[in-house]
Amino acid sequence: MTELTSSAPSPTGSTPARNIGFYAAWGIFILAVVLLPLIFRSGGSHTTFSLIGIAAIFALSYNILLGQTGLLSFGHAVYYGLGGFLAVHGMNAIAAHGLPVPLPFVPLIGGFAGLMFGIVIGWVSTQRAGTVFAMISLGIGELVASSSLILRSFFGGEAGITTNRTDLPALFGWNFGPQIQVYYLIGFWLVISAIAMYALTRTPLGRMCNAVRDNPERVQFIGYDPHVIRYLSFCFAGFFAGIAGALAAINFEIANAAYLGAVQSGVVLFATFIGGVSYFFGPILGAIVVTMLQLELSDVTTVWQLYFGIIFIGIVMFAPGGLASLLMMHRPLVRAGTLSMILPAYLIAIVPTLLFACGVILTIEILAAYSQGNAASSTIRLFRIPFEAANPMTWLAAAVLTIGGFFVARMTWRGVTAAWDRAMTAARERGYHA
Amino acid sequence: MTNAIEMRAVEKAFGNVRIIQDLNLTVAKGERHAIIGPNGAGKSTTFNLISGHIAPTSGDITLNGERISGLRPFEINRRGLSRSFQVTNVFAKMTVWENIRCAVLWATGQRYAFWKNVDNLPEVRRRTAEILEDIHLTHRRDVPAGLLTYAEQRELEIGITIAGGANVIMLDEPTAGMSNTETDRAVALIRRLTEGRTLVIVEHDMSVVFGLADRISVLVYGNIIASGTPEEIRGNPKVKEAYLGEEEH
Repeated sequence: MTELTSSAPSPTGSTPARNIGFYAAWGIFILAVVLLPLIFRSGGSHTTFSLIGIAAIFALSYNILLGQTGLLSFGHAVYYGLGGFLAVHGMNAIAAHGLPVPLPFVPLIGGFAGLMFGIVIGWVSTQRAGTVFAMISLGIGELVASSSLILRSFFGGEAGITTNRTDLPALFGWNFGPQIQVYYLIGFWLVISAIAMYALTRTPLGRMCNAVRDNPERVQFIGYDPHVIRYLSFCFAGFFAGIAGALAAINFEIANAAYLGAVQSGVVLFATFIGGVSYFFGPILGAIVVTMLQLELSDVTTVWQLYFGIIFIGIVMFAPGGLASLLMMHRPLVRAGTLSMILPAYLIAIVPTLLFACGVILTIEILAAYSQGNAASSTIRLFRIPFEAANPMTWLAAAVLTIGGFFVARMTWRGVTAAWDRAMTAARERGYHA
Repeated sequence: MTNAIEMRAVEKAFGNVRIIQDLNLTVAKGERHAIIGPNGAGKSTTFNLISGHIAPTSGDITLNGERISGLRPFEINRRGLSRSFQVTNVFAKMTVWENIRCAVLWATGQRYAFWKNVDNLPEVRRRTAEILEDIHLTHRRDVPAGLLTYAEQRELEIGITIAGGANVIMLDEPTAGMSNTETDRAVALIRRLTEGRTLVIVEHDMSVVFGLADRISVLVYGNIIASGTPEEIRGNPKVKEAYLGEEEH
């Protein structure tokens, strides 16, 4: 369930305290979007923030399907990619014909492209939910991705289609050459899209999307056609995915086949799921984490996809509600003031858990060094400490950390569970429920 | 005056197996009609046929004089027929309030609106609050439906069914699995909430059936063998032989 729903005005008279929290959360979000690039001023961080913003819109749009309507799509990048291509063609046309359309309006081209393809493709693919929908989305994803290499005049083949965002008319003296200006363009659309997508969840259609997710059969017996609900949800998801795709095209000044491929569809699924599908802000968290992982991990290790996979499996197994659920679990404790009862247990548990993680990382890196055939010459740097991959002492360290860390961590996590129960019981006694 | 529900020569076959054959059933407007019969007689199938969950192989079903056989469930619901389910069938992750509100939305003309704030619809809010009050679940309004007790879920099930204001209500074993006190409560609830509407009910509990129904139809092997007032049914030798004779009554 969307927890933010309970923050909306309650039907039998609104509770001001909750409303303040609700508006404060949005206020902090908007402030963060505005202020972060002023605090972190390097060009690299502006690029990172831009990518996070794009990924956040894309993941939020995906969650309209997965979290709100219960539709598992393996081909959401189709609408992102087509939005990106249409935006690039639109920008080139605007520049070529000298049309008076400034860059900030270009994401709408992508949005309407995503919407149009959603309208066309969605009617058939949303006939059924579940496996049928998932398979059709996979099929259409492959279909569009392969046609992108065939229809060269539109998709530009392997190279893609390039554009130049500074060729468009300037707006208020901004020509969107510098990354910071592009960031604010993305931030503007992120805020607009997030508000619009949140508002969508608070409409009759948005509520019925949740009903279709929970029980499509019953929906039919309260007067609604689940197919129509899924279809409308799909169209909205396509629209916002198109906006994200257009922003990506603006950011990179190119659209290519990778935009609409299976990898892109997989990444948005990962981001949304890791962040948490049951809270509105979950996909934003997921977008931050996944974008950072993609950027940072690939710098420090050659097998970063492996870590990515392990993190994903870990979330699926141990926190199926994603990071957002992990955070929101603590809300009743914070409200009741019993959070301090579990913090010591967390601090104790974190040490062996980190040691265990270091053991796993060392093991993976040793194996990676051997499988790549350069073990003898390779040095693994873990927290600046060098380890020789071919040195038996390194193997021993890896084994001790992994096995010892695992058992100690398991013991300490039992302590966390016990502390959690105590804190929760105390919270209940003070009248706060999960 | 047209009848609320009429089934004429309805047949339903799955492959070669005819589970409903030559079914004729008439339910007058405003009457409380119970369908009884042994397990596997086709009671739930009859419900599914009327509510559009499955389409009849042949025959005619009308609702308030209008032909509804072959229509989709939501089309039939929009024409004023609402049904509950034998196995609790609610929106488990949504709150009690949201469950009822969803069931009110179509009836208040919201359709697929994506430009209105659902919390700012006074009529929806008022009707939802009324229904919650009616089913005694106001104090549980913010609890996810999946966390309710069994009896509460059954009450919510009835609430969702009546929330749309349909004039024909069909309840499939509403008291199944309930204790005696819970059953009494549920029967009183059903009696009150279906006042002035047509009620079709499938029920195994004979005290509920004979206490609630104006007319009873007995279904055996996909065929109505008798239809009449409780007294007529009680005295009917065919019914005694086929059904009541087998049960402690």
